[in-house]
Amino acid sequence: MNQGIDLQGSFVRLLTELGLPSGAAKALWLPLPMVVILIGATVSIFVTVWLERKISAAAQQRIGPEYVGPLGTLQAAADGIKLLFKEDITPAKADPILFTLGPAIVVIPVFLSYLIVPFGQNMVITDIGVGIFLWIALSSIAPIGLLMAGYSSNNKYSLLGGLRAAAQSISYEIPMALAVLAVVLMSNSLSTIDIVNQQSGYGILGWNVWRQPAGFLIFWIAALAECERLPFDLPEAEEELVAGYQTEYTGMKFGLFYVGSYVNLVLSALIVSILYLGGWEFPVSVSWIADLIGVSETTPWFQVIAASLGIMMTLFKAYALVFLAILLRWTVPRVRIDQLLDFGWKFLLPVSLVNLLLTAGLKLAFPVAFGG
Amino acid sequence: MTLAEGVQLVAFGILVLMMVGSALGVVLLENIVYSAFLLGGVFISMAGMYILLNAGFVAAAQILVYVGAVNVLILFGIMLVNKRQPFAPVSQAWIGKVATGGVCAGLFSLLTASVLNTPWAISSETPIGEQAIVEIGKHFFTDYLLPFELASVLLLMALIGAIVLARREFIPDTEPGEPETEALQLPERPRELVSSTPVGDGDR
Repeated sequence: MNQGIDLQGSFVRLLTELGLPSGAAKALWLPLPMVVILIGATVSIFVTVWLERKISAAAQQRIGPEYVGPLGTLQAAADGIKLLFKEDITPAKADPILFTLGPAIVVIPVFLSYLIVPFGQNMVITDIGVGIFLWIALSSIAPIGLLMAGYSSNNKYSLLGGLRAAAQSISYEIPMALAVLAVVLMSNSLSTIDIVNQQSGYGILGWNVWRQPAGFLIFWIAALAECERLPFDLPEAEEELVAGYQTEYTGMKFGLFYVGSYVNLVLSALIVSILYLGGWEFPVSVSWIADLIGVSETTPWFQVIAASLGIMMTLFKAYALVFLAILLRWTVPRVRIDQLLDFGWKFLLPVSLVNLLLTAGLKLAFPVAFGG
Repeated sequence: MTLAEGVQLVAFGILVLMMVGSALGVVLLENIVYSAFLLGGVFISMAGMYILLNAGFVAAAQILVYVGAVNVLILFGIMLVNKRQPFAPVSQAWIGKVATGGVCAGLFSLLTASVLNTPWAISSETPIGEQAIVEIGKHFFTDYLLPFELASVLLLMALIGAIVLARREFIPDTEPGEPETEALQLPERPRELVSSTPVGDGDR
């Protein structure tokens, strides 16, 4: 099995050769991947906001941001700076503690979930055994922050928005978890690395999307609902609720909601690409490419190229999904709250249960294809 | 002391402070919404304890079930019930308070005594770590099968009960001739008033 490159090992070895004790070298290594991922996640907001603005402009036959930086790429930075300088208002009779804590509780779990997103064989902050389950658990914390924000704003629209957001994310978490469970059944592991490795070897044909088409759709719909993207952006439906739980927020507290929603969108896209689209795998198998150009898979330069192309592949798949989400946002009308809950409980939940049952049955019947 | 031990010690201290502090807050604060949010804090710090004890799966399950489901439902309940009642002062309320305090102190001393007297057998085996999920699964389907199935049946009963309660047709106690008040018509779906309307009233 191709072990990929071991950045941690090389870093620690380099520092110990320079005379540091190995404990100190490891302690120095620890914050590095976290900082890199944090920066990456933050940069992904800028990219996604720019994409959203440009694609929505194209969908509506406008030009979109044009003057801020080349092609308007710095528009998101300008937005961020504007939010930083806005006055931070806490409404009268609002609950100041909960009002401040709410956005933080929404954002922190999203960033924490990047712990388990792999960009390559060893390109992950930590390959923990519970892997994808940790993401499901962390994403269930966000409703508390939304309820907190909705409750503390002292505004009925905010409270309604917060309650809607919580109801929505509880309802769609269940089909999503069941879809994940079907994938986990096939890969015999909760670890994201193992899930990707189980899809490798046959190029595009080995990806889970072919074995789990229903699961893929269920997961994607549920992920859109969890991110509160249109057609499921009920909590902030502006015709009914002004802006839902965000109504009373200004300045950087509003900015945190904004950041949280975009980071969550990118995170969901990354998770979909890991679970169903083969993560960092290429459409053609790596060993086949290695055979074609006649080098061994373990050649250092080939490994470096393959690893960096793998990161590109992961990001490419994720951003293709982000593009799809944005396109959906500007083409599909919003559903009603009763339609949303009906769809979640009466359609997605039974379908995902049947999908799980079918996967279990197929796994017993065809252990070769469905990971016996 | 290695780096890992130091981190464990500091994390343990922070978690204990968080847990005890928020648990006291749950009990002592007047505002029930604060109590509900702090309950989430208690659950999260308990999950942190599980992580310190090398039980990652239990920690994630704790967050998913207790924080993500139980606590959110408690908050939901609090926020959807908007019944404001003036607090009626009870005469001789101190008896109840003294009795509660006595019971709590008794429980505390009992637990302290049992904690101090139990010979805690700390296992010296190395924790299985990542393999824990597999072990938990095996236990669920062998020696803990009955409790596992009983819990599932209990949850199924709760599920069916919730559906029955939610589908209940709300029939107000009104006299046959009396027109319905508007307050009773709003919350539920319009229904056929076949039996309660006088004959010849038309095709409602």
